[in-house]
Amino acid sequence: MFGPLMINTWIAATAVAVIAGVTGFFAVLRGSTFAAHAIPNGAFAGAAGASLLGLNPFAGLAVFSLAGALGIAGLSRRARNDVATALTFVLMLGIGALFVSWSSGYAQEAYSLLFGEVFGVSADQVLPILVLGAVSVVAIVVMFRPLMFSSALPEVAEARGVRARRMELAFLLVMALATSMTVPVVGALLMFSLMIGPAAAARSLTPRPARAMALSVGIALVTVWAGIAISYQTDWPLGFFVGVIGAVFFLLGRAYAAVASRKTPSRWSPGRYDT
Amino acid sequence: MSADLLRLEGVGVSLGGREVLRDVSLTVHPGEFTGLIGPNGAGKTTLLRIILGLQPVTRGAVLIDGAPRPPRDASIGYVPQKLGIEPDTPLRVRDVVSLGLDGHKFGIRLPSRARRELVDDMLTAVGARRYADARVGELSGGEQQRVMIAHALIGRPRLLLLDEPLANLDISSEQGIVSVLARLARAEGIAVLLSAHDMNPLMPVMDRIVYVAAGRVAVGTADEVVQPEVLSGLYGQHVDVIRVHGRVLVVAAPEGIDAAEAAAEDLGVIR
Amino acid sequence: MNILRHIIEPGFFGSGPVHIALAVGTVVAVTSAVTGVFTVTRGQSFAGHSLADIATTGGSGAFLVGLNQFWGYLAFGAGAAAFMEMIGIQRRRGRDVATGVVLGAALGLAALFLYLGTQYSTTTGASFTILFGSIFVITPSTVPALIVSALLALGTVIALARVLLLSSLSPDLAAARGVPVRAVGAAFLMALAVSVALSAVVIGAVLSTALLIGPAATALRVTKGPVRAAAVAAGIGVAATWLGILLAYDSYYWPPAGRGWPVSFFVVTLVVGGYLVTYLRRPVTAAEPAPDAEHACSAL
Repeated sequence: MFGPLMINTWIAATAVAVIAGVTGFFAVLRGSTFAAHAIPNGAFAGAAGASLLGLNPFAGLAVFSLAGALGIAGLSRRARNDVATALTFVLMLGIGALFVSWSSGYAQEAYSLLFGEVFGVSADQVLPILVLGAVSVVAIVVMFRPLMFSSALPEVAEARGVRARRMELAFLLVMALATSMTVPVVGALLMFSLMIGPAAAARSLTPRPARAMALSVGIALVTVWAGIAISYQTDWPLGFFVGVIGAVFFLLGRAYAAVASRKTPSRWSPGRYDT
Repeated sequence: MSADLLRLEGVGVSLGGREVLRDVSLTVHPGEFTGLIGPNGAGKTTLLRIILGLQPVTRGAVLIDGAPRPPRDASIGYVPQKLGIEPDTPLRVRDVVSLGLDGHKFGIRLPSRARRELVDDMLTAVGARRYADARVGELSGGEQQRVMIAHALIGRPRLLLLDEPLANLDISSEQGIVSVLARLARAEGIAVLLSAHDMNPLMPVMDRIVYVAAGRVAVGTADEVVQPEVLSGLYGQHVDVIRVHGRVLVVAAPEGIDAAEAAAEDLGVIR
Repeated sequence: MNILRHIIEPGFFGSGPVHIALAVGTVVAVTSAVTGVFTVTRGQSFAGHSLADIATTGGSGAFLVGLNQFWGYLAFGAGAAAFMEMIGIQRRRGRDVATGVVLGAALGLAALFLYLGTQYSTTTGASFTILFGSIFVITPSTVPALIVSALLALGTVIALARVLLLSSLSPDLAAARGVPVRAVGAAFLMALAVSVALSAVVIGAVLSTALLIGPAATALRVTKGPVRAAAVAAGIGVAATWLGILLAYDSYYWPPAGRGWPVSFFVVTLVVGGYLVTYLRRPVTAAEPAPDAEHACSAL
């Protein structure tokens, strides 16, 4: 399992987990769970189209995920966020259905884009993942304070010049970038699990933002590493283990939060200092 | 007494280990306009929620017409403080008022002219007829208040509860709502219990006050209750009552210092 | 008559599969549209989509054990709805996260089922039909079950319509009026799960969201009252479905593959196109939602 053939897998998976932990923290914070699901899945349609045209699937992934981010951000100006996400998403997938139907024998490739082919990652795929991953993480870190501000207190932030729409677009674009190169590794459907489960668990464990983000990354790493190890042994798909382990961490986080709140009744009870 | 529409006897409520209301006793008689006055956080909303059956009491009893409050009581109308409603919700003003008649029932109901006229009359009575076909999610706060009052009144309640209806209104809207309420309540003999943190807009129409502070209440007419001795007893510290230009101001200055001291002690900054 | 022959390929009206597709498609479109009006109003679009994806898992599982996919969709959809209601988080953001985690676990299961399926059989086309639908190959014996389920779901939503609207106005108010708010929410989620399972059969789990959200969102932009919104949504849904079926039939000999273009593509494009068209003229409501009204809750 730790032989030379697997080195690329471990490196790629680690990079993916870091990216997922960082972007997932904000996705959960901002309630962008739906977008976190929609953008990777929509990107899958682009890969199908690119491969149909004989282009590098990466290009298709990138184009469609960016288009998705722009579509969601654009429609959200006029419609509810969840409706905007739903409609952008289904449009991309409808086009994807068309592309898949045009190509013959695409089913296997489709499967791997949806569910991941981490064990097939080659050395030349790892470098772009690391580079783009570093770019996304740096972008998030640079935006951390205004993004945190706008996510938690949108109106106050708006008054201080942090435009909510701009932050939303920036965040979605980073998420698009991050997902466009992680999709071939863990798959569209499971990049989502890796973003949401660990981040949701981390939130329940600590209220401090930087710590929660670090914890998201940590839990995502554990999830992916354990998933790869077990998947390697059993031959079962990695996505299954990522989904299940992520859910387990989420439930553990909720259980911890429930127990912790019962043990220490808050001294800061509401209204204590009101007259 | 069987003449009491609503009676609370020794009601106490604890939430999250903290006693929010303590030994509350009050009565409301048919047709009476009662103001539930007190600062924020004093327990007014909790009190309304108990009467509505949304919050169980820890101690004491809530009696309607002398009997313990049944689980669901159609004779109590309610106007919530804020509507949690998106602008694109498909409900016009007239739909909302119509829901006041049967919104709690399952199944289909065919439209009827009699119902439509009833809704129109109610809308005219509260002054909302001209925007009867507008989406309720797009109205201003004051307009929504009128709609919700119509919604509550169309069900012919005997007691109408309103949670801070004046909180986010400008002065002219405030006066409009108060006069609509008072007029309609008197006309139909409906008792009104309305919570507010400023009693002044209500002075002309209130029969009685229930003043809530620090989880306890003082009940009576404005002249009886809004007195320094009574309120100081409630707050547990010195309170001044200032009357100027026909308006009443309740001032409890030292309590700011008390609260700040308590907080600093908690933080370990002072002993 | 010549023009008509170009629009409608010969044999359309005589084709058995087309009849079934039109009949089932109509029923499903109406059910999805009406359910969708309440789904959008209650901000449960993500739950609606998740139930569709979770239905995928059920479909894969059913395929694995050799059952008709519809039962798999139904079982997993209903189960997920019950589970989501049990987690019972009230604030929407927390609800969405919980929904997302359930979705992630279900998708993981789907991966497993599909993998096991390919291990034990040679058909790889299964994933396509499960995800993108198979309206022209509905086995006639399942049609009664499909229609009955649709009517049940539709009936439930119509019976709950008023209490749902009252609850969306103010949950406290509804509770004070004697509405069992949580039970009503659970019942609605069940009806949603059934409706989604149905449309998953017709145009695929992944795209049933289009029939659920699209017509409803369009109708809400152009009408104001609840009854009218449901009627307009149903009309749009049915029109898009019929036109989609027609175009898919017509496309049988179109390039590039000579296999026909998928119904799901046509339906989705029509539905989203119809929605975007409403932006070309001033809609009934001119108000933009407040920036980030969705993010108005506190972060922690």
